Amino acid sequence: MQQDHPRLKIATQGDVTVVELADRKILDEANISRIGERLQGLVAKAESTKFVLDFSNVVHMSSSALGMLITLHKRVREKKGQLRLCGIQPQIYEVFVITRLNEIFDISKTLDDAVKTFK
Amino acid sequence: MTPSSPSRIEDLPTNVVIPSDLAAAHEAEKALLAEVAGCNYSEASTFAIKLAVEEGMNNAIKHGNRFDARKTVELAYDISKDRAVITITDQGAGFNPSAVPDPTADENLEKPTGRGVMLMHAYMDEVAYNCKGNQVRMVKRNA
Repeated sequence: MQQDHPRLKIATQGDVTVVELADRKILDEANISRIGERLQGLVAKAESTKFVLDFSNVVHMSSSALGMLITLHKRVREKKGQLRLCGIQPQIYEVFVITRLNEIFDISKTLDDAVKTFK
Repeated sequence: MTPSSPSRIEDLPTNVVIPSDLAAAHEAEKALLAEVAGCNYSEASTFAIKLAVEEGMNNAIKHGNRFDARKTVELAYDISKDRAVITITDQGAGFNPSAVPDPTADENLEKPTGRGVMLMHAYMDEVAYNCKGNQVRMVKRNA
């Protein structure tokens, strides 16, 4: 089953909810806020407690987007769930390293790798 | 409307004054990045400039002018083949950059805000503020 959204593509692989960030740039505050609300709503409603966020399309993101991810991570943990990030391009990954957020998030190279980490 | 006598560090050839509005900031950033593209900056330098300008403009509008529609932000720049010099000036009260908590400290790692200034320093070759703290000057060499 797959639902499309202007900025998010949501699918399931087994009991894992996979969200692909469709935008190339996650910079605009209003968009980030909408993406955050949508993701938090998804986490709240989903039966699954396993989530993967796929960044393969993303070439730019701001510190506000990092903040949105941190809040999302908290919501997932409050639900006793797990969040994996994947497909992060090298330049974006460097932002995670500089901010030490690579130590907070579970980051896999590919979507397949991320899904497998739940098994 | 123009900024009220910002204490300029230097005059730069391109000078854009925008309202405290993120969409207007985005348009101004696009024009700056078009100049960067025209000077054949490396992918890494372009990424750095885009990130730093985005963070600087967000800070100016959100934290400097606090979205006050009566206040403006000035984006000035000089993009040459060798280096990009960029200043962002808001009409807020200014801030003390050295008082910003380190977002990479263990106790701050999971706070959702406070990374913009740090990223600007990480990605640009030079970052300096005026005394008031309402103007940032950034330099990125094309490497």
